[in-house]
Amino acid sequence: MENKIYSVNGPVVKVKNTKDFSMLEMVYVGEKRLIGEVIGVTSEATTIQVYEVTTGLKVGEPVIGTGAPMSVTLGPGIISNIFDGIQRPLQEIQKQSGRFIDEGANVPAIDTEQLYDVTMTVSVGDSLKGGEVYASCPETSVITHYCLLSPELSGKVIWIADNGKYHVNDTICKIENEKGQVHELTLCQKWPIRQPRPAKDRKMISRPLITGQRIIDTILPIAKGGTAAIPGGFGTGKTMTQHQLAKWCDADIIVYIGCGERGNEMTQVLDEFTELIDPKTNRPLTDRTVLIANTSNMPVAAREASIYTGITLAEYYRDMGYHIAIMADSTSRWAEALREISGRLEEMPAEEGFPAYLPSRLSEFYERAGYVETLNGKEGSVTIIGAVSPQGADFSEPVTQNTKRFVRCFWALDKSLAYARHYPAINWTTSYSEYIDDLTEYYNREVGEDFLQMRQEISNILIEENQLMEIVKLIGADVLPDGQKLIIELARIIRVGFLQQNAYHKDDTFVPLSKQKLMMDAILTLYHCSQKALEEGVPMSEVVNSGMFERTVKIKYEIPNDKPQMFDTLKADMIKTFDGLILKEKERSGL
Amino acid sequence: MSIQYLGFDEISGPLVALDNVTGVGYDEVAYIKLSDGSERTGRIVEISGDKAILQVFEGTKGLSLKNTKTKFTGKPMELALSEEMLGRVFSGSGKPIDGLGDIYPEKYADINGKPLNPVSRTYPRNYIRTGISSIDCLMTLIRGQKLPIFSGSGLSHNKLAVQIVRQAKIADENGQDFAIVFGAMGVKNDVADYFKKSFAESGVQQKVVMFMNLSNDPIIERILTPRCALTAAEYLAFEKNMHILVILTDITSYCEALREFSSSKGEIPGRKGYPGYLYSDLASLYERAGIAEGSTGSVTQIPILTMPNDDITHPIPDLTGYITEGQIVLDRSLDQTGIYPSVSILPSLSRLMKDGIGEGYTRADHSVVANQLFAAYAKVQDARSLASVIGEEELSDNDRKYIEFGTQFEKHFISQKFNEDRSMEETLDLGWSLLSLLPKSELDRVDEELLDKYYDSESAARKFEL
Repeated sequence: MENKIYSVNGPVVKVKNTKDFSMLEMVYVGEKRLIGEVIGVTSEATTIQVYEVTTGLKVGEPVIGTGAPMSVTLGPGIISNIFDGIQRPLQEIQKQSGRFIDEGANVPAIDTEQLYDVTMTVSVGDSLKGGEVYASCPETSVITHYCLLSPELSGKVIWIADNGKYHVNDTICKIENEKGQVHELTLCQKWPIRQPRPAKDRKMISRPLITGQRIIDTILPIAKGGTAAIPGGFGTGKTMTQHQLAKWCDADIIVYIGCGERGNEMTQVLDEFTELIDPKTNRPLTDRTVLIANTSNMPVAAREASIYTGITLAEYYRDMGYHIAIMADSTSRWAEALREISGRLEEMPAEEGFPAYLPSRLSEFYERAGYVETLNGKEGSVTIIGAVSPQGADFSEPVTQNTKRFVRCFWALDKSLAYARHYPAINWTTSYSEYIDDLTEYYNREVGEDFLQMRQEISNILIEENQLMEIVKLIGADVLPDGQKLIIELARIIRVGFLQQNAYHKDDTFVPLSKQKLMMDAILTLYHCSQKALEEGVPMSEVVNSGMFERTVKIKYEIPNDKPQMFDTLKADMIKTFDGLILKEKERSGL
Repeated sequence: MSIQYLGFDEISGPLVALDNVTGVGYDEVAYIKLSDGSERTGRIVEISGDKAILQVFEGTKGLSLKNTKTKFTGKPMELALSEEMLGRVFSGSGKPIDGLGDIYPEKYADINGKPLNPVSRTYPRNYIRTGISSIDCLMTLIRGQKLPIFSGSGLSHNKLAVQIVRQAKIADENGQDFAIVFGAMGVKNDVADYFKKSFAESGVQQKVVMFMNLSNDPIIERILTPRCALTAAEYLAFEKNMHILVILTDITSYCEALREFSSSKGEIPGRKGYPGYLYSDLASLYERAGIAEGSTGSVTQIPILTMPNDDITHPIPDLTGYITEGQIVLDRSLDQTGIYPSVSILPSLSRLMKDGIGEGYTRADHSVVANQLFAAYAKVQDARSLASVIGEEELSDNDRKYIEFGTQFEKHFISQKFNEDRSMEETLDLGWSLLSLLPKSELDRVDEELLDKYYDSESAARKFEL
């Protein structure tokens, strides 16, 4: 019996009296074959959310099941592409329907015409287990694609094609399992987006994701395979921070999910990433980036799916042994999509109208991050960095609060810092990172045992300043003793010279860990020297006007990343200057 | 001969329900003929089995369960488009109301529009000079941007919008066609007249398309008004290659209308009773700004909204801020001290300005001046709050200098006359003079080279008569 539409309400469509559909099955809705997904089944009605605009949809139009859950196509051709929320390539849609996106566009997810230079890695008679590699091909100039046997399959290779050029849908290998069933393998496979891809084992977190951003790498580090949230009201620089991380972090592949955000921002990513050259590979950043763009005016159901599409793509590349970082901008929009659909289904709302299952959905998403040993014995990781847009910049709202429970790194963006154009506007007192302990070994080994000590000393100065500022707000800075004035002065140097980072400056936009350490060292040397001078009786005004404070603030611009020896000169100058001051003071007091 | 349905089965608020309806689509438009011969327009908002629910644009006043004949058109709501629209006035649902008759349409387009493919967008880079220092220097308007004005009742947002319209048009050097699409949603009669009069006085009337839904017009029509306006704007920009500035006022009234409509439909409310889809709905309006590949035109939006109780965290300004590319916030206390335009500098922002200013666009030192002014003005606020506790006498020299800087900045930089059109050079030089009131060591975002070129404390002191 043919199934027909019974009712339409926005993106929600119902079919009556049918038992043909299963939960989360992908369906085609109406004459235009709009893509939809089954989200509710009762004996009376099947509820479907439609991923496209439902204008013009009529009662009585057919609904056709596909028998499979909502899936993505995994194969070469994903990297440097730009997709919508349900993995339809936007460039192909543009060719089909012009500037504006038409509904019912039917385009293959990855280019089926492109030929890839495939090298077979198995031979007839080999036995293959799920997740193992049977062929490889270069995908972009920096990424080699490994064709992995679907985790659900296994068997003996009974036929393998010769090395050569193939399309993604060409059969290149045949395997036979224990029951004698033969599977034909191509370059690609399908995987349901809501199901995590399996791995052999989750490994301990031990390596940082180096981002070149000082406040992150030094003060609030994130680990490979970790999770972080960036909450902030509008205009505090969430997107800007994510762009910086996407540009500079040392992941192999970036999956950038523009979930319900601005169209112009996606265009900016496209433009910038094509022009920017990755210093490590000398290739454009697009060669390691996948974009998923479901802007705020595109259908809301596809926005809900975009997060899952993104993470499934990431897991697939993780299984090849790559380190992937996901930028999800913004998870609040995704939560709102949940709320919107939940409202249309007339479900009982929980806090602020969000459905009661919001926390479980959030945790399902963040738990898909991790550092794993893959089924084929390699190491790979997925790091999730999610922006959160709290309503009214109020961090007590449900999405921020629930996200906080499932992430281990919390980079809170601060309005007053943003107002003063202090970027990145990450507030160092309200933010935290739980990864310090996991990463101690790495820091000790790679940048030296004193790195974490310096970090702690810098943090202490900032904390002390924070307490002093309470007093200063009430009575002004003039009445403080010199020692405390020095703390305030030094905290300024740390804030302006270290935490503040200029994304548009050629050297300052990315700073290697080694230079971050040298900068801390310089600041602390300044601290110790001036402390000593004060103890010897040098007046505060002379210490501050010694010129060394001004020089230290500007080291981020004036010492290029490749000239660490300039720090030695700076330190020598500091010691000389302050020794001079002490000597002068001693002479003056007649000693 | 198409089927006509007699009467209704239910009337509730702006909604009517029809039973035994077949072959109609979601979002389809229907004409409702009353027994007195008048005609109203409606749109299907929900279909379920053979029952259709329609919203009636002109309201349900006078409708009964049997005095109507309803005819479905088989099409979604469409707007007739033509270049003749320039200089004309339409109702909120796109019907001419200036007594000059129907336009001769070149084409029809669905007022809901379609999402612009992100790969077909051109990233906006060309700035629009408004001649207003605070905007030009600190939150530069970019062609293709959506930059709302967050205002409050009684503030001078309308005056500011008129000044932008009047001065921005001159800035187009290559003489490309420039036009304004004005969408009024639930505005007072006086305000509508003020805009009409101002457009006439500044000689841009023939370049304005007006869509008018006044505060006593039906609310359903109000929901269509911005969509009609933006459909006209997209047509003129992307098919006729014109630069279009869209002014939408007041978004708050629009959202109220949406809430009223949503609750009469019995939907589950989100925050403050607004429907859960308010974000998506606003996005479907704001995202229609931009520049599309293959066309030389652009759609720039300046939506105006009045923040209820001046609360920037209210859902309407909050959701708007998350969609638009920045915001211009007006401040009541500045307004009360007689400063026009009362732009509150710190919370205002233009996200696109970084790529549309500097060498080749405005002047090489633009971003440095802007950043330093922001940072310095942020310190002014700190100094002022300290002064309010311990008194200005007790402040340190530096803090006193900041307070002086703040006063001069508000008096000479933010404040300007309604007919004063400042050039970019003037604005930036003014910024430098003000920065020169501060000690050199405080300007930590400026490098030596620029300081040598622009820092001049003596002439600054003379200029501001200190």
